[in-house]
Amino acid sequence: MPYPSDFKYTKEHEWIKADGKNATIGITNYAQESLGDIVFAELPKVGSETTAGKTFGTIESVKAVSDLYAPASGTVTEVNSELATAPEKINKDAHSAWLIKISMRDPNELNSLLSAADYEKFVAEEAGH
Amino acid sequence: MSLPAVEATTPTTRKTALNAVHRQMGARMVEFNGWDMPVEYPSSGGIIAEHMTVRTGVGIFDVSHMGDIRLAGHGALAAVQHISMNDASRLAVGQAQYSALLYPQGTFVDDVIVHRLTEDEYLLVINAGTREKDFSWVRDNTRNFNCKVENLSDEFTQIAIQGPKGVNLLQKLTDADLSAVKFYWVTRGTVCGLRNVLIARTGYTGEDGFEIYVPADEATSARVWNEILEAGKEFGVLPCGLGARNTLRLEAKLPLYGHEISDTINVWEAGLDRFCKMEKQDFIGRVALEKAKATGLQRTLVGLEMIERGIARDEYKVLDDSGSEIGYVTSGSPAPFLKKNIALAYVPPRSSDAGSTVKVEIRGQGVKAQVVPTPFYKRPKKA
Repeated sequence: MPYPSDFKYTKEHEWIKADGKNATIGITNYAQESLGDIVFAELPKVGSETTAGKTFGTIESVKAVSDLYAPASGTVTEVNSELATAPEKINKDAHSAWLIKISMRDPNELNSLLSAADYEKFVAEEAGH
Repeated sequence: MSLPAVEATTPTTRKTALNAVHRQMGARMVEFNGWDMPVEYPSSGGIIAEHMTVRTGVGIFDVSHMGDIRLAGHGALAAVQHISMNDASRLAVGQAQYSALLYPQGTFVDDVIVHRLTEDEYLLVINAGTREKDFSWVRDNTRNFNCKVENLSDEFTQIAIQGPKGVNLLQKLTDADLSAVKFYWVTRGTVCGLRNVLIARTGYTGEDGFEIYVPADEATSARVWNEILEAGKEFGVLPCGLGARNTLRLEAKLPLYGHEISDTINVWEAGLDRFCKMEKQDFIGRVALEKAKATGLQRTLVGLEMIERGIARDEYKVLDDSGSEIGYVTSGSPAPFLKKNIALAYVPPRSSDAGSTVKVEIRGQGVKAQVVPTPFYKRPKKA
Protein backbone atom coordinates (compact mmCIF):
# COMPACT_ATOMS: atom_id res chain seq x y z
CA MET A 1 0.00 0.00 0.00
CA PRO A 2 1.49 3.34 -0.98
CA TYR A 3 1.90 5.95 1.73
CA PRO A 4 0.04 9.18 0.85
CA SER A 5 2.55 11.82 -0.20
CA ASP A 6 0.59 14.64 1.45
CA PHE A 7 1.04 13.00 4.87
CA LYS A 8 4.04 13.33 7.14
CA TYR A 9 5.13 10.38 9.27
CA THR A 10 6.75 9.64 12.62
CA LYS A 11 9.13 6.79 13.37
CA GLU A 12 6.45 5.63 15.79
CA HIS A 13 4.13 4.95 12.86
CA GLU A 14 1.68 7.83 13.19
CA TRP A 15 0.73 9.98 10.19
CA ILE A 16 -0.29 13.64 10.18
CA LYS A 17 -1.99 15.60 7.40
CA ALA A 18 -1.73 19.37 7.72
CA ASP A 19 -4.18 21.91 6.37
CA GLY A 20 -2.89 25.31 7.49
CA LYS A 21 -2.97 25.26 11.29
CA ASN A 22 -5.29 22.26 11.39
CA ALA A 23 -4.08 18.69 11.23
CA THR A 24 -5.54 15.21 11.11
CA ILE A 25 -3.70 12.34 12.84
CA GLY A 26 -3.84 8.56 12.42
CA ILE A 27 -1.68 5.45 12.42
CA THR A 28 -0.07 3.95 9.35
CA ASN A 29 -0.90 0.82 7.45
CA TYR A 30 2.32 -0.75 8.71
CA ALA A 31 1.16 -0.13 12.28
CA GLN A 32 -2.29 -1.70 11.81
CA GLU A 33 -0.76 -4.70 10.05
CA SER A 34 1.71 -5.23 12.89
CA LEU A 35 -1.00 -4.94 15.53
CA GLY A 36 -3.51 -7.35 14.03
CA ASP A 37 -7.20 -6.95 14.85
CA ILE A 38 -7.72 -3.63 16.65
CA VAL A 39 -10.38 -3.95 19.35
CA PHE A 40 -10.13 -0.69 21.30
CA ALA A 41 -8.99 2.89 20.88
CA GLU A 42 -8.56 5.18 23.88
CA LEU A 43 -8.48 8.75 22.59
CA PRO A 44 -8.24 12.14 24.33
CA LYS A 45 -11.19 14.47 24.84
CA VAL A 46 -11.87 17.51 22.68
CA GLY A 47 -10.09 20.45 24.25
CA SER A 48 -7.18 18.48 25.67
CA GLU A 49 -3.58 19.19 24.64
CA THR A 50 -1.15 17.07 22.67
CA THR A 51 2.61 17.45 22.96
CA ALA A 52 4.85 16.34 20.09
CA GLY A 53 6.58 13.07 20.99
CA LYS A 54 4.39 12.43 24.06
CA THR A 55 1.59 9.86 24.33
CA PHE A 56 -1.95 10.95 23.60
CA GLY A 57 -3.82 7.66 23.87
CA THR A 58 -3.66 3.94 23.27
CA ILE A 59 -4.71 1.44 20.64
CA GLU A 60 -5.38 -2.11 21.72
CA SER A 61 -5.26 -5.30 19.72
CA VAL A 62 -6.46 -8.62 21.14
CA LYS A 63 -3.05 -9.29 22.64
CA ALA A 64 -1.45 -5.93 23.28
CA VAL A 65 -1.78 -2.32 24.39
CA SER A 66 0.13 0.18 22.22
CA ASP A 67 0.79 3.82 23.08
CA LEU A 68 0.06 6.53 20.53
CA TYR A 69 2.65 9.33 20.21
CA ALA A 70 1.63 12.78 19.04
CA PRO A 71 3.33 13.94 15.81
CA ALA A 72 2.66 17.57 16.75
CA SER A 73 1.62 19.76 19.65
CA GLY A 74 -1.79 21.39 19.77
CA THR A 75 -5.37 21.28 20.99
CA VAL A 76 -7.74 18.42 20.13
CA THR A 77 -10.66 19.80 18.08
CA GLU A 78 -12.31 16.56 16.97
CA VAL A 79 -12.23 12.86 17.87
CA ASN A 80 -13.32 10.12 15.47
CA SER A 81 -16.40 8.81 17.31
CA GLU A 82 -16.83 5.87 14.88
CA LEU A 83 -13.84 4.19 16.51
CA ALA A 84 -15.65 3.82 19.83
CA THR A 85 -17.87 1.16 18.29
CA ALA A 86 -15.91 0.12 15.19
CA PRO A 87 -12.18 0.27 15.92
CA GLU A 88 -11.62 -2.33 13.19
CA LYS A 89 -12.06 0.51 10.66
CA ILE A 90 -8.42 1.28 11.37
CA ASN A 91 -7.46 -2.18 10.12
CA LYS A 92 -9.61 -1.78 7.04
CA ASP A 93 -8.10 1.55 5.97
CA ALA A 94 -5.57 3.04 8.35
CA HIS A 95 -4.91 6.07 6.17
CA SER A 96 -8.53 7.20 6.17
CA ALA A 97 -9.62 6.02 9.64
CA TRP A 98 -8.27 9.13 11.39
CA LEU A 99 -8.03 9.25 15.18
CA ILE A 100 -8.05 12.93 16.18
CA LYS A 101 -7.91 16.38 14.64
CA ILE A 102 -5.87 19.11 16.27
CA SER A 103 -5.25 22.82 15.96
CA MET A 104 -1.44 22.97 15.85
CA ARG A 105 0.58 25.23 18.12
CA ASP A 106 3.62 25.22 15.81
CA PRO A 107 3.28 23.79 12.29
CA ASN A 108 7.10 23.95 11.99
CA GLU A 109 7.22 20.82 14.15
CA LEU A 110 6.26 18.94 11.00
CA ASN A 111 9.59 19.76 9.37
CA SER A 112 11.36 17.14 11.46
CA LEU A 113 8.97 14.37 10.43
CA LEU A 114 9.46 11.85 7.60
CA SER A 115 8.16 12.20 4.07
CA ALA A 116 6.23 9.30 2.52
CA ALA A 117 9.33 8.14 0.69
CA ASP A 118 11.50 8.29 3.84
CA TYR A 119 8.83 6.50 5.91
CA GLU A 120 8.53 3.77 3.31
CA LYS A 121 12.29 3.25 3.44
CA PHE A 122 12.24 3.30 7.24
CA VAL A 123 9.53 0.62 7.34
CA ALA A 124 11.31 -1.56 4.81
CA GLU A 125 14.37 -1.54 7.07
CA GLU A 126 12.29 -2.27 10.20
CA ALA A 127 10.50 -5.15 8.55
CA GLY A 128 13.81 -6.60 7.46
CA HIS A 129 14.93 -7.29 11.06
CA MET B 1 3.04 4.13 18.58
CA SER B 2 4.74 1.34 20.42
CA LEU B 3 4.37 -1.76 18.30
CA PRO B 4 4.71 -5.25 19.78
CA ALA B 5 8.40 -6.05 19.62
CA VAL B 6 9.44 -8.75 17.20
CA GLU B 7 11.25 -11.18 19.44
CA ALA B 8 14.56 -12.37 18.16
CA THR B 9 15.01 -16.10 18.54
CA THR B 10 18.13 -16.97 20.49
CA PRO B 11 20.25 -20.08 20.01
CA THR B 12 18.40 -21.58 22.96
CA THR B 13 14.87 -20.88 21.66
CA ARG B 14 13.28 -24.22 20.90
CA LYS B 15 11.40 -25.01 17.73
CA THR B 16 8.77 -27.64 17.01
CA ALA B 17 9.09 -29.85 13.92
CA LEU B 18 6.49 -27.67 12.20
CA ASN B 19 8.39 -24.40 12.70
CA ALA B 20 9.42 -24.06 9.05
CA VAL B 21 5.86 -24.80 7.94
CA HIS B 22 4.46 -22.03 10.16
CA ARG B 23 7.00 -19.56 8.85
CA GLN B 24 6.30 -20.58 5.27
CA MET B 25 2.61 -19.89 5.89
CA GLY B 26 3.55 -16.39 7.01
CA ALA B 27 2.65 -16.95 10.66
CA ARG B 28 3.42 -14.12 13.08
CA MET B 29 5.83 -15.79 15.49
CA VAL B 30 6.29 -15.16 19.18
CA GLU B 31 8.53 -16.53 21.91
CA PHE B 32 6.46 -18.52 24.39
CA ASN B 33 8.16 -20.11 27.40
CA GLY B 34 11.35 -20.67 25.41
CA TRP B 35 9.58 -21.82 22.23
CA ASP B 36 9.33 -20.07 18.85
CA MET B 37 5.61 -20.44 18.15
CA PRO B 38 2.94 -18.98 15.85
CA VAL B 39 0.71 -16.48 17.68
CA GLU B 40 -1.55 -15.97 14.66
CA TYR B 41 -1.64 -16.51 10.90
CA PRO B 42 -2.43 -13.34 8.95
CA SER B 43 -3.48 -15.61 6.09
CA SER B 44 -6.16 -17.06 8.41
CA GLY B 45 -7.38 -13.54 9.11
CA GLY B 46 -5.72 -13.33 12.51
CA ILE B 47 -6.72 -14.17 16.08
CA ILE B 48 -10.40 -13.25 15.91
CA ALA B 49 -11.03 -15.20 12.68
CA GLU B 50 -9.13 -18.19 14.07
CA HIS B 51 -11.08 -18.08 17.32
CA MET B 52 -14.44 -17.95 15.50
CA THR B 53 -13.48 -20.80 13.20
CA VAL B 54 -12.82 -23.07 16.17
CA ARG B 55 -16.18 -22.17 17.72
CA THR B 56 -18.15 -22.70 14.50
CA GLY B 57 -16.09 -25.03 12.29
CA VAL B 58 -12.62 -26.41 12.86
CA GLY B 59 -9.16 -25.04 13.51
CA ILE B 60 -5.82 -26.79 13.97
CA PHE B 61 -2.99 -26.00 16.35
CA ASP B 62 0.60 -27.16 16.63
CA VAL B 63 0.90 -27.97 20.33
CA SER B 64 4.09 -30.00 20.10
CA HIS B 65 5.74 -27.71 22.63
CA MET B 66 3.74 -29.47 25.34
CA GLY B 67 5.48 -32.31 27.16
CA ASP B 68 4.78 -36.01 27.53
CA ILE B 69 5.77 -38.29 30.38
CA ARG B 70 5.01 -41.99 30.34
CA LEU B 71 4.83 -44.15 33.46
CA ALA B 72 4.75 -47.88 32.76
CA GLY B 73 4.85 -50.99 34.93
CA HIS B 74 2.91 -52.74 37.69
CA GLY B 75 3.50 -49.82 40.02
CA ALA B 76 2.51 -47.15 37.49
CA LEU B 77 -0.99 -46.58 38.88
CA ALA B 78 0.33 -46.30 42.44
CA ALA B 79 2.98 -43.85 41.24
CA VAL B 80 0.42 -41.70 39.43
CA GLN B 81 -1.87 -41.79 42.47
CA HIS B 82 0.97 -40.52 44.62
CA ILE B 83 1.81 -37.48 42.50
CA SER B 84 -1.56 -36.60 40.94
CA MET B 85 -4.50 -35.12 42.89
CA ASN B 86 -7.30 -36.72 40.86
CA ASP B 87 -8.18 -40.40 41.21
CA ALA B 88 -6.51 -42.32 38.38
CA SER B 89 -7.92 -45.64 39.66
CA ARG B 90 -11.24 -44.54 38.15
CA LEU B 91 -9.73 -44.55 34.68
CA ALA B 92 -10.64 -47.41 32.40
CA VAL B 93 -8.11 -48.33 29.73
CA GLY B 94 -8.47 -45.63 27.08
CA GLN B 95 -9.84 -43.00 29.44
CA ALA B 96 -8.30 -39.65 30.41
CA GLN B 97 -8.81 -37.11 33.19
CA TYR B 98 -7.74 -33.58 34.05
CA SER B 99 -5.57 -33.37 37.16
CA ALA B 100 -2.62 -31.58 38.70
CA LEU B 101 0.73 -32.39 40.26
CA LEU B 102 1.02 -30.66 43.63
CA TYR B 103 3.81 -29.57 45.93
CA PRO B 104 3.62 -30.65 49.57
CA GLN B 105 2.11 -27.20 50.31
CA GLY B 106 -0.90 -28.05 48.13
CA THR B 107 0.15 -25.60 45.41
CA PHE B 108 0.70 -26.44 41.76
CA VAL B 109 3.70 -28.01 40.09
CA ASP B 110 1.61 -28.12 36.91
CA ASP B 111 -1.79 -29.12 35.61
CA VAL B 112 -1.88 -32.24 33.53
CA ILE B 113 -4.04 -34.60 31.56
CA VAL B 114 -3.59 -38.19 32.70
CA HIS B 115 -4.33 -40.79 30.04
CA ARG B 116 -4.54 -44.50 30.81
CA LEU B 117 -3.14 -45.99 27.60
CA THR B 118 -3.03 -49.67 28.59
CA GLU B 119 -3.43 -51.72 31.76
CA ASP B 120 -0.16 -50.47 33.27
CA GLU B 121 0.72 -47.50 31.09
CA TYR B 122 -0.11 -43.87 31.83
CA LEU B 123 0.67 -40.81 29.73
CA LEU B 124 0.89 -37.41 31.41
CA VAL B 125 0.62 -34.47 29.02
CA ILE B 126 2.09 -31.35 30.62
CA ASN B 127 2.80 -27.70 29.84
CA ALA B 128 5.57 -26.50 27.56
CA GLY B 129 7.18 -24.17 30.07
CA THR B 130 7.32 -26.84 32.78
CA ARG B 131 8.64 -29.80 30.75
CA GLU B 132 11.95 -30.21 32.55
CA LYS B 133 10.64 -29.23 35.99
CA ASP B 134 7.75 -31.70 35.72
CA PHE B 135 9.90 -34.58 34.50
CA SER B 136 12.38 -34.11 37.34
CA TRP B 137 9.49 -33.87 39.79
CA VAL B 138 7.79 -37.02 38.50
CA ARG B 139 11.03 -39.01 38.35
CA ASP B 140 12.18 -37.91 41.82
CA ASN B 141 8.83 -38.60 43.48
CA THR B 142 8.20 -42.02 41.97
CA ARG B 143 11.56 -43.67 42.68
CA ASN B 144 10.02 -46.03 45.21
CA PHE B 145 7.38 -47.30 42.82
CA ASN B 146 7.71 -50.25 40.50
CA CYS B 147 7.50 -48.39 37.22
CA LYS B 148 9.59 -46.86 34.46
CA VAL B 149 9.34 -43.11 33.94
CA GLU B 150 10.19 -41.79 30.47
CA ASN B 151 10.29 -38.31 29.00
CA LEU B 152 8.74 -38.68 25.56
CA SER B 153 8.31 -34.95 24.94
CA ASP B 154 10.58 -34.83 21.89
CA GLU B 155 9.10 -37.92 20.27
CA PHE B 156 5.78 -36.48 19.18
CA THR B 157 4.41 -33.77 17.01
CA GLN B 158 1.10 -33.03 18.71
CA ILE B 159 -1.62 -31.48 16.57
CA ALA B 160 -4.93 -30.32 18.04
CA ILE B 161 -7.96 -30.41 15.75
CA GLN B 162 -10.64 -28.39 17.51
CA GLY B 163 -14.22 -27.36 16.80
CA PRO B 164 -17.61 -28.91 16.03
CA LYS B 165 -16.33 -30.09 12.62
CA GLY B 166 -13.14 -31.53 14.05
CA VAL B 167 -14.56 -35.04 14.17
CA ASN B 168 -15.68 -34.80 10.53
CA LEU B 169 -12.25 -33.65 9.47
CA LEU B 170 -10.25 -36.25 11.35
CA GLN B 171 -12.57 -39.09 10.34
CA LYS B 172 -11.52 -38.51 6.74
CA LEU B 173 -7.93 -39.26 7.69
CA THR B 174 -8.26 -42.26 10.00
CA ASP B 175 -9.67 -45.77 10.08
CA ALA B 176 -10.48 -45.41 13.77
CA ASP B 177 -14.21 -45.08 14.44
CA LEU B 178 -14.26 -41.67 16.09
CA SER B 179 -17.97 -41.86 16.89
CA ALA B 180 -17.02 -44.56 19.42
CA VAL B 181 -14.56 -42.28 21.20
CA LYS B 182 -16.28 -40.23 23.90
CA PHE B 183 -14.95 -36.91 25.14
CA TYR B 184 -11.85 -37.47 27.30
CA TRP B 185 -11.27 -40.94 25.90
CA VAL B 186 -8.50 -42.07 23.58
CA THR B 187 -7.95 -44.66 20.90
CA ARG B 188 -5.26 -45.70 18.48
CA GLY B 189 -5.60 -45.91 14.73
CA THR B 190 -3.97 -45.32 11.39
CA VAL B 191 -3.84 -41.57 10.72
CA CYS B 192 -2.59 -40.23 7.37
CA GLY B 193 -1.16 -43.67 6.68
CA LEU B 194 0.74 -43.78 9.99
CA ARG B 195 0.01 -46.86 12.06
CA ASN B 196 -0.95 -46.94 15.72
CA VAL B 197 -1.26 -43.19 16.23
CA LEU B 198 -2.61 -42.06 19.60
CA ILE B 199 -5.85 -40.14 19.08
CA ALA B 200 -7.27 -38.37 22.15
CA ARG B 201 -10.62 -36.63 22.32
CA THR B 202 -9.16 -33.81 24.40
CA GLY B 203 -8.36 -30.14 23.93
CA TYR B 204 -7.92 -26.71 25.46
CA THR B 205 -10.59 -24.73 23.62
CA GLY B 206 -13.93 -25.60 25.24
CA GLU B 207 -15.00 -27.26 21.98
CA ASP B 208 -15.20 -30.89 20.89
CA GLY B 209 -11.99 -31.95 19.23
CA PHE B 210 -9.02 -34.25 19.10
CA GLU B 211 -5.31 -34.24 19.70
CA ILE B 212 -3.15 -36.59 17.66
CA TYR B 213 0.41 -37.62 18.40
CA VAL B 214 2.49 -38.36 15.31
CA PRO B 215 6.23 -38.99 14.92
CA ALA B 216 8.23 -35.80 15.42
CA ASP B 217 10.42 -35.87 12.30
CA GLU B 218 9.95 -32.77 10.16
CA ALA B 219 8.93 -34.52 6.96
CA THR B 220 6.18 -36.62 8.59
CA SER B 221 4.97 -33.70 10.68
CA ALA B 222 4.71 -31.38 7.66
CA ARG B 223 2.97 -34.03 5.58
CA VAL B 224 0.36 -34.70 8.28
CA TRP B 225 -0.22 -30.96 8.89
CA ASN B 226 -0.74 -30.31 5.20
CA GLU B 227 -2.99 -33.34 4.73
CA ILE B 228 -5.16 -32.12 7.60
CA LEU B 229 -5.44 -28.68 6.00
CA GLU B 230 -6.31 -30.27 2.65
CA ALA B 231 -8.91 -32.61 4.13
CA GLY B 232 -10.35 -29.72 6.13
CA LYS B 233 -10.87 -27.38 3.17
CA GLU B 234 -14.53 -28.38 2.85
CA PHE B 235 -15.05 -27.41 6.52
CA GLY B 236 -13.21 -24.10 6.23
CA VAL B 237 -10.32 -25.28 8.40
CA LEU B 238 -7.77 -22.66 9.47
CA PRO B 239 -4.38 -23.02 11.10
CA CYS B 240 -4.59 -21.29 14.50
CA GLY B 241 -1.93 -19.91 16.81
CA LEU B 242 -1.35 -19.30 20.49
CA GLY B 243 -3.31 -16.05 20.42
CA ALA B 244 -6.57 -17.83 19.61
CA ARG B 245 -5.57 -20.71 21.88
CA ASN B 246 -5.52 -18.24 24.75
CA THR B 247 -8.79 -16.47 23.96
CA LEU B 248 -10.55 -19.81 23.47
CA ARG B 249 -9.36 -21.32 26.75
CA LEU B 250 -10.17 -18.08 28.58
CA GLU B 251 -13.80 -18.09 27.40
CA ALA B 252 -13.98 -21.72 28.58
CA LYS B 253 -12.33 -20.82 31.90
CA LEU B 254 -9.48 -23.29 31.48
CA PRO B 255 -6.52 -22.44 33.71
CA LEU B 256 -3.09 -21.45 32.41
CA TYR B 257 -0.04 -22.27 34.50
CA GLY B 258 1.63 -19.16 35.77
CA HIS B 259 -1.71 -17.34 35.76
CA GLU B 260 -4.69 -19.07 37.44
CA ILE B 261 -2.46 -21.79 38.92
CA SER B 262 1.11 -21.61 40.13
CA ASP B 263 3.41 -22.71 42.92
CA THR B 264 1.93 -20.04 45.22
CA ILE B 265 -1.74 -20.83 44.62
CA ASN B 266 -3.54 -23.81 46.15
CA VAL B 267 -6.26 -26.06 44.74
CA TRP B 268 -9.13 -24.50 46.73
CA GLU B 269 -8.23 -20.94 45.71
CA ALA B 270 -8.11 -22.00 42.08
CA GLY B 271 -11.55 -23.61 42.36
CA LEU B 272 -10.34 -26.99 41.12
CA ASP B 273 -11.96 -28.92 43.97
CA ARG B 274 -13.78 -31.34 41.70
CA PHE B 275 -10.50 -32.66 40.27
CA CYS B 276 -8.99 -33.19 43.73
CA LYS B 277 -10.03 -36.46 45.35
CA MET B 278 -9.31 -35.99 49.03
CA GLU B 279 -10.78 -39.43 49.73
CA LYS B 280 -7.74 -40.96 47.97
CA GLN B 281 -5.42 -42.66 50.46
CA ASP B 282 -2.54 -40.27 50.09
CA PHE B 283 -1.03 -37.94 47.51
CA ILE B 284 1.54 -35.17 47.67
CA GLY B 285 -0.17 -32.05 48.91
CA ARG B 286 -3.10 -33.76 50.61
CA VAL B 287 -2.07 -32.90 54.17
CA ALA B 288 -1.59 -29.22 53.39
CA LEU B 289 -4.89 -29.09 51.52
CA GLU B 290 -6.67 -30.60 54.54
CA LYS B 291 -5.23 -27.85 56.74
CA ALA B 292 -6.03 -25.16 54.20
CA LYS B 293 -9.63 -26.32 54.05
CA ALA B 294 -9.92 -25.87 57.81
CA THR B 295 -8.39 -22.40 57.67
CA GLY B 296 -10.70 -21.19 54.93
CA LEU B 297 -10.16 -19.23 51.73
CA GLN B 298 -8.34 -15.89 51.72
CA ARG B 299 -8.87 -15.44 48.00
CA THR B 300 -10.82 -17.16 45.27
CA LEU B 301 -10.79 -17.19 41.47
CA VAL B 302 -13.72 -15.40 39.84
CA GLY B 303 -14.82 -14.44 36.35
CA LEU B 304 -15.15 -10.74 35.53
CA GLU B 305 -16.96 -9.02 32.72
CA MET B 306 -16.18 -5.35 32.00
CA ILE B 307 -19.25 -3.13 32.39
CA GLU B 308 -17.55 0.17 31.48
CA ARG B 309 -15.36 0.62 28.39
CA GLY B 310 -11.97 -0.98 28.82
CA ILE B 311 -10.03 -4.22 28.58
CA ALA B 312 -8.78 -5.89 31.75
CA ARG B 313 -5.42 -7.55 31.17
CA ASP B 314 -3.06 -9.89 33.02
CA GLU B 315 -1.75 -8.47 36.31
CA TYR B 316 -4.05 -5.42 36.38
CA LYS B 317 -5.20 -4.61 39.92
CA VAL B 318 -8.74 -5.28 41.06
CA LEU B 319 -10.20 -2.60 43.33
CA ASP B 320 -13.35 -2.38 45.42
CA ASP B 321 -15.88 0.43 44.98
CA SER B 322 -13.87 2.74 47.23
CA GLY B 323 -10.74 2.22 45.13
CA SER B 324 -8.84 -0.04 47.56
CA GLU B 325 -6.81 -2.83 46.03
CA ILE B 326 -8.43 -6.19 46.74
CA GLY B 327 -6.97 -8.52 44.13
CA TYR B 328 -5.50 -8.92 40.67
CA VAL B 329 -6.30 -10.17 37.18
CA THR B 330 -4.71 -13.50 36.27
CA SER B 331 -5.82 -13.48 32.63
CA GLY B 332 -7.77 -10.81 30.76
CA SER B 333 -8.61 -10.21 27.14
CA PRO B 334 -11.34 -9.41 24.66
CA ALA B 335 -13.51 -12.51 24.12
CA PRO B 336 -14.06 -12.78 20.36
CA PHE B 337 -17.04 -15.15 20.45
CA LEU B 338 -18.83 -13.54 23.40
CA LYS B 339 -17.97 -10.03 22.15
CA LYS B 340 -17.22 -8.86 25.67
CA ASN B 341 -14.07 -8.04 27.57
CA ILE B 342 -13.55 -10.73 30.21
CA ALA B 343 -11.04 -11.69 32.83
CA LEU B 344 -10.24 -14.17 35.56
CA ALA B 345 -9.09 -12.67 38.83
CA TYR B 346 -8.28 -13.48 42.44
CA VAL B 347 -10.44 -11.55 44.90
CA PRO B 348 -11.38 -12.04 48.55
CA PRO B 349 -14.39 -14.32 49.12
CA ARG B 350 -16.50 -11.34 50.25
CA SER B 351 -16.21 -9.87 46.72
CA SER B 352 -16.79 -13.10 44.87
CA ASP B 353 -20.57 -13.40 44.58
CA ALA B 354 -21.91 -13.24 41.04
CA GLY B 355 -23.34 -9.78 40.50
CA SER B 356 -20.79 -8.02 42.75
CA THR B 357 -19.22 -5.00 41.15
CA VAL B 358 -15.52 -4.29 41.35
CA LYS B 359 -13.17 -2.01 39.47
CA VAL B 360 -10.16 -2.93 37.37
CA GLU B 361 -7.33 -0.44 37.37
CA ILE B 362 -6.57 0.38 33.74
CA ARG B 363 -3.81 2.96 33.26
CA GLY B 364 -4.53 4.59 36.59
CA GLN B 365 -8.34 4.63 36.27
CA GLY B 366 -10.78 2.32 38.03
CA VAL B 367 -13.06 0.82 35.36
CA LYS B 368 -16.23 -1.00 36.44
CA ALA B 369 -16.51 -4.77 36.09
CA GLN B 370 -18.98 -7.34 37.35
CA VAL B 371 -18.37 -10.78 38.83
CA VAL B 372 -20.04 -13.31 36.54
CA PRO B 373 -20.54 -17.08 36.69
CA THR B 374 -18.03 -19.20 34.83
CA PRO B 375 -17.30 -20.72 32.43
CA PHE B 376 -18.06 -17.66 30.33
CA TYR B 377 -18.73 -19.97 27.40
CA LYS B 378 -20.06 -23.52 27.29
CA ARG B 379 -20.33 -25.34 24.01
CA PRO B 380 -23.86 -26.20 22.91
CA LYS B 381 -24.92 -29.77 23.72
CA LYS B 382 -25.30 -31.91 20.62
CA ALA B 383 -28.97 -32.75 20.00
